[in-house]
Amino acid sequence: MNPLVDVCNISFSYSSDKAHSIFRDVSFSIKQGDIFCILGPNGTGKTTLLKCVGNVIQGWSGTVNLDGRDISILKTSEVARGIGYVPQNQAPSFPFLVRDIVVMGRAPHLNVFSSPSKNDRDIACDAMEMVGILPLAERPCTMLSGGEWQLTLIARALAQEPRVMILDEPASHLDLGNQLRILRVVKSLAESGIGIVMATHFPDHAFIVATETAIMNHGIIAHRGPPEEVITDRNMRETYGVDVKVIQVGEGVGRKACFTSL
Amino acid sequence: MSSKDKWAGIGIAPGRLIVLLAFMLGAVAVIALMLGQSTIPAATIVKILASQLFPIDRTWPPTLESIVLDIRLPRLLAGILVGAGLSISGAAFQGLFRNPLVSPHILGVSAGAGLGAALAILFFGNIVAIQLFSFIFSLTAVSMTYGLSRVYRTTPILMLVLSGIIVGALFSSCTSLLKYIADPVNDMPSIVFWMLGSLNNASNRDMIIVGPIILIGISVLLLIRWRINLLAMGEEDARALGVNTGRIRLTIIICATMISAAAVSIAGIIGWIGLVIPHIGRLLVGPDNKYLLPVVVLVGASYLVAVDTLARSAFASEIPIGILTALVGAPIFAYLLRKTRSGW
Repeated sequence: MNPLVDVCNISFSYSSDKAHSIFRDVSFSIKQGDIFCILGPNGTGKTTLLKCVGNVIQGWSGTVNLDGRDISILKTSEVARGIGYVPQNQAPSFPFLVRDIVVMGRAPHLNVFSSPSKNDRDIACDAMEMVGILPLAERPCTMLSGGEWQLTLIARALAQEPRVMILDEPASHLDLGNQLRILRVVKSLAESGIGIVMATHFPDHAFIVATETAIMNHGIIAHRGPPEEVITDRNMRETYGVDVKVIQVGEGVGRKACFTSL
Repeated sequence: MSSKDKWAGIGIAPGRLIVLLAFMLGAVAVIALMLGQSTIPAATIVKILASQLFPIDRTWPPTLESIVLDIRLPRLLAGILVGAGLSISGAAFQGLFRNPLVSPHILGVSAGAGLGAALAILFFGNIVAIQLFSFIFSLTAVSMTYGLSRVYRTTPILMLVLSGIIVGALFSSCTSLLKYIADPVNDMPSIVFWMLGSLNNASNRDMIIVGPIILIGISVLLLIRWRINLLAMGEEDARALGVNTGRIRLTIIICATMISAAAVSIAGIIGWIGLVIPHIGRLLVGPDNKYLLPVVVLVGASYLVAVDTLARSAFASEIPIGILTALVGAPIFAYLLRKTRSGW
């Protein structure tokens, strides 16, 4: 199967000085149904990496191919039809309704002078239904909980009808129930054939959903592979500087999990 | 599952509201033509207007026709264009800057216009020079703001706002200096009165020059109005949604600047409208620019025409409109805000 997105040796730096790069020589590729989880400490460049791959910021070097075409020569709207980006973001200051925000995902399919048609609104409705926020459609976005807002952003990206979705720490700041709800949505998106790239602070989330995991540290991908091989006592200690025990849990869980103590 | 029903509107459907507001503007316009030093019946107004297009027997005195066509009509048109233009510029800027406290003057339009007008009053003293200078100086001020805010070939929003404050302060202090050295008997009052705003000088000739500028600006903003929603989500979100943010931002700035520079050049500095009419629009139809911008155009036009009619007919001598817009509008806005409690 051909990769949907192929990232090859990309680097990013805010100054022209290569020595102060945010990250360097990162490569990975995403196929249909993949869930690629990126772990790593705060400030290691995960968000910047995802923004570069999502074409949200410019100025990186290396190549990112979307269906075999270099995204740096594609139009912004062409990239947005292939890659959906779910930011870590606050709700805007204006009380747009949830449905108004989700239908914004149709923008890359519309020209500058048009607004969403009936068909676009139907696609937005389907996206809301898929992530389970249809009952919130008429709610102002300023009156949503953190979990509801995150699901709104995922529905908006879904309305783009992308082949790859990039999620930047979608489960941070959420309670346990909402974390699981997000993971369930992510899993069902992957099952529907979308390739997923996701940054997360929770190794357990990688155990739950990831088909592949990478650990990013000091601006490079230090380890990469299946979660069971990458998330180990040694790698966790090296990455986060604290003692972590990775233990196989039976009893109705049936996966590995990370444990820490002071 | 009636999922598609979720799109049914709440309260009055926005489309119907827009039609209602258009009728309201029509009614306000007819009243504005009727009222003044002499009251002219609505039927005569309609006949005079119709006689310009159709062959109708002129049963009214020619002075009446002159009052309607040469004095009240250009003033009405100026009120409509300035009110609509300042309101839509304000709404577009509030979306662009993601800030409900922004007015069309944020990038220095009025500060530039003020200096231009003050210079023209001091050195030429005629109305054409005042209009030309205020127009050119407001464009200059906004260009300086935009140039100052460029960082690495991008224009961050915060840089734009700060640059606008810097350029605005620079132009305003120059204007103050001119006021200080101006002849206190003639020139200084002229500068002060000009800055308070008035539609008194609007003529048919102004409308031919300024009208198209404002109309084109309004039309372009209306055409791209749904895209302005995307900018309200933030620069990076908009890019992720496939928007060429730099280009659309520049388009909005150019349109809003041309509109407000043209408006200020014929009417002086009329504050409040560009800030508050967008809020009233949001109370009526919500923040979706697809409906907000048309509503704001109609409400802004009706409001300025109504206030101008009040300014010139309610009192023995005319009150500057810049004073009345806030004097009348502040209580209305306060009432709406308290009543709906819906924030912005």
